[in-house]
Amino acid sequence: MMTDRIAVDIKVPNQTRYLCLIGHIGENIARTLRDYSGDREKLAFDLNLVLTEAMANAIQHANEDNPAKEVHIEISIVSQRLIIRVFDFGTGFDVHQYIKPSPPLDEHGRGIYLIQTIMDEISYNPTEKGHVLEMVKNLN
Amino acid sequence: MNLQIEDKGAAVLLAIDEERLDAHNSGELKNQMLKLFEEGKNNLVVDLQAVRFVDSSGLGALVSGFKNASSRNGNLKLSGLQLQVKSMFELTRLHRVFEIYTDSTEALSSFQQ
Repeated sequence: MMTDRIAVDIKVPNQTRYLCLIGHIGENIARTLRDYSGDREKLAFDLNLVLTEAMANAIQHANEDNPAKEVHIEISIVSQRLIIRVFDFGTGFDVHQYIKPSPPLDEHGRGIYLIQTIMDEISYNPTEKGHVLEMVKNLN
Repeated sequence: MNLQIEDKGAAVLLAIDEERLDAHNSGELKNQMLKLFEEGKNNLVVDLQAVRFVDSSGLGALVSGFKNASSRNGNLKLSGLQLQVKSMFELTRLHRVFEIYTDSTEALSSFQQ
């Protein structure tokens, strides 16, 4: 049986105007998958959201809002596992602080919570030049 | 951001004419609402009929507007939520914070009662 093997590697400037582009790539991947039996439109919305949140997070918290920096994103599917890695080049943040849902009237801090409700695994680790937020979703 | 602002008497209607409300344009919505509050317009309806995607930053802007309206004895109500946008409000439990109406006409008339 043919299975999906996809690898996408993207680098965009550290600017919010590119959120839409990255989100749409996630949506299109969900619509293109060969063997996904779940709700495809829900997956499209979810991948759009996860990529938008992870990239906005890298821009605002990890790359210190510096528009000259870059956000590097890898999306891959191997053996029905969708893996998204978002690399930043900043000093990072404490991911565990944001895992719980925010009180309803807080204006910030929902991004990581949303990511972890959608994805099956989430981790944030140091790299040579910054950090990588890795998120995994099982597609079967 | 493409945003239509119309004073309807009992409330001001803000119709967001964008596919996405995200970290790129939510700041602008927040500023527009602040401008209305400064003019003493504290009852707002934000119509999301055209919006098919909202992120945490978009939700944050709406929460900010809601808190500002409430602190001035006004209210911020929402209308026209698409299915997946509505599920975002449920996931973050914000559907318990906002009054949500099917369309802007219904939301506006709730201010007149």
